[in-house]
Amino acid sequence: MLTRRAIRALDQRSGAAPYLRKVMRYLFPDHWSFLLGEVALYAFMVLVATGIYLTFFFVDSTKEIVYHGHYAPLDGQMMTEAYASVIHISLGVKAGLLIRQTHHWAANVFIGAIVLHLLRIFFTGAYRKPRELTYLIGVTMLMLSLLEAYLGYSLVDDLMSGMGLVIGYSVGLSLPLVGENLMNWLFNGMYPGQAALWPRMYIAHVLIFPILIGSLLAAHLLLVMLKHHTQFRRKRAQTEHAIMGVPAWPGQAPRSIGLALATAGVLFLLGGLVQINPIWLWGPYHTYSSTNGAQPDWYLGWLIGGLRLMPGFDVVIDGYTLVPNPFWGGAGFPLVVFGFLYFWPWLERRFTRDYAFHNLLDRPRDAPARTGIGVAMVTWVVIVFLAGSSDRTAVIWNTSYVGQIHVYWVLVWVLPTLFGLIAWWTCKELQAGERVVLRRHEAEAEARLARARRGEAEAPGEPSAVEP
Amino acid sequence: MSRFRNAVVSGLVLLLGRGRPRPEKDPSRIVPALPPNPAAELAVLALLGLSALSALGFVLVYAFADDLPAQNQLLGLTIGGAFIFLAVALIVVGLKLVPTEEIVEPYPPFEHPGEQQVLAEVLEESGSRFSRGGLFKLGLLGAGGALGLALLTPAVSFGPLFQVKQFLSTPWRRGRRLVDETGKPYKASDIEHDNFYLAFPEGTPDQGREQMGASLIVVRLPPSTLRLPPGLRDFPADGGILAYSRICTHAGCAINMFRSPLFQPDEPRPAFVCPCHYSTFDPATGGTVIFGPAGRPLPMLPITVDGKGYLRAKGNFDEPVGPSWWGVRMYRPNP
Repeated sequence: MLTRRAIRALDQRSGAAPYLRKVMRYLFPDHWSFLLGEVALYAFMVLVATGIYLTFFFVDSTKEIVYHGHYAPLDGQMMTEAYASVIHISLGVKAGLLIRQTHHWAANVFIGAIVLHLLRIFFTGAYRKPRELTYLIGVTMLMLSLLEAYLGYSLVDDLMSGMGLVIGYSVGLSLPLVGENLMNWLFNGMYPGQAALWPRMYIAHVLIFPILIGSLLAAHLLLVMLKHHTQFRRKRAQTEHAIMGVPAWPGQAPRSIGLALATAGVLFLLGGLVQINPIWLWGPYHTYSSTNGAQPDWYLGWLIGGLRLMPGFDVVIDGYTLVPNPFWGGAGFPLVVFGFLYFWPWLERRFTRDYAFHNLLDRPRDAPARTGIGVAMVTWVVIVFLAGSSDRTAVIWNTSYVGQIHVYWVLVWVLPTLFGLIAWWTCKELQAGERVVLRRHEAEAEARLARARRGEAEAPGEPSAVEP
Repeated sequence: MSRFRNAVVSGLVLLLGRGRPRPEKDPSRIVPALPPNPAAELAVLALLGLSALSALGFVLVYAFADDLPAQNQLLGLTIGGAFIFLAVALIVVGLKLVPTEEIVEPYPPFEHPGEQQVLAEVLEESGSRFSRGGLFKLGLLGAGGALGLALLTPAVSFGPLFQVKQFLSTPWRRGRRLVDETGKPYKASDIEHDNFYLAFPEGTPDQGREQMGASLIVVRLPPSTLRLPPGLRDFPADGGILAYSRICTHAGCAINMFRSPLFQPDEPRPAFVCPCHYSTFDPATGGTVIFGPAGRPLPMLPITVDGKGYLRAKGNFDEPVGPSWWGVRMYRPNP
């Protein structure tokens, strides 16, 4: 009775009953790969929650102080208040390290889940009409998340984060025509910038980017709901016009909330048990100091690979520098990858002339060209990513760094082509195999029919005794 | 015999099947009725209990954290456990206790032609009183654009624009001594072979040392190995002491490796290496790039030895310091 009274009271005051009824009976088609986007959403929630906690302790100031804190080995060193405050969070605030490490892990899982979700969307053709907008918003969120994560990494102001920041600055500076003014404007002067820089990065990290990502997230989910989910065709009832799935309530809700809690649980376990970015070990950043074998978080590995793989040249015409080198690996390469992602739905539509609405997903084999091109792009990015770790493999396996780079110069073009062709050929073969099976079924059906007819004509009432 | 067996089996089925009616589609219900699942309910209750215990454990660990070893691990285990147990409980609820029937329903229509028609008509008809529609749109666009421009203008205050000059200023002047991190001036005799030194201009405060143009990497090479271009021949001091900007011309990291060849066939020459992207510069030839992505040589600082044996700058760098920008090769640092 209480349930009924509550529902009645709510509906009388909001008129929401018809909408709530629709939401409760909204259908979720069942497939494990549909959970990847959900994991990203839940990791984002953990990021916001842990991030809010961290803001209460972080100091966004580059004022130099002499450190006297919990970490004795750094005692007496000059460092910024920002770095000192993060050491304090890690070693002086109870549960501070747990929250900080969980925040960092959540960022890594967040972007990982987005990337896997994107691969699922790409290889199943889920971005096709009428869901192009949903897809574009998703790609934009990935780009913003990369920038947001980079900002968070930079804010700490330890040695690693400073090295990352100056590389980002150099990539910005290398942008043709606008680079120097853009960077002067953002950094309020030449690197390492004035006191104004840290409050700027801070407000971007904790307010501007989260609001942008959050708003796009809302639009993304709204569009998904308005157009409903796509589905694989596994049963006869699933067509372009009919969706088959488990309703949000009671079937889907416990599972989804369970997944949200499991995501949070795993992130907290990681934050507690698996150390990530022990910033007190790196020491403070100065423009004149650096460390060997530094690696960024995984999601920037492809950019450091791009920067390292580029042969050394600036584009210079008659003594005038047009394109400094960091542009290619740090800006040109991601621009090509994101440009591909943004324009792919239109490119595909142009070449396949498929202007129809789609609710049913393709299997990768159903679109061999798309799968081949996708595999080639993924291989390209992964090879560049691997090239970014050459300095570590050089140390671990005692191989020549220079030799590895030369090998990667070849692999970065050969392997994508090769893997793309193999993927395309595999799809074609799988399709051919399915056609063979289909024809056999058809032929068998025809044969049965023909037999039945022959039997009727020749010997009515008597079953045909001889199998062909 | 077989009749007897049939009777036993049917009797057992009747006995065990009692109280478990087969689910029937009840037309008066929306959510289908399913038989109870006591085992799953029990498991869910146990999981909820474990979750609560774990969460309370977190509170306890927090309260006594300072007396506990591995407090971060215990905090993570307890709060993570609380989430995981609750998650598993809900997933069991989802899979075993609530009906997860698959329903088929039509997709929403791809489009709504009727509504589209109404929208278009409303928009088209509402402007019927404007006799100069085009001009009005132009005016609206102009006013909106101008207002947008005005609102964006304050953002110019963020930072200086069109000021290349500051990229070219460094704290190095003729006569400035080279000092180490503690501020102690370097003597030419301090600089040994097969080692490298970090140097700053004398008298710059800590913040000034952070300028891209402040820090140096100083080495001594045998004079016979130098192959400096003509413009840089008088840059070294004492025959073989060379001073270069410490900041890589590729992406601005500090060069922190001096590869003084230990094994001639593999590494024929001494070289500076930047740890970020492995740009490698040859100190013997004026900082030219011998490997890696850097596009410009490392800027070199002319130095000399004064009467008391101290190292002093003779002027400014031969090239702009730090990462490159559009047109960087047109400029020289201010003397």
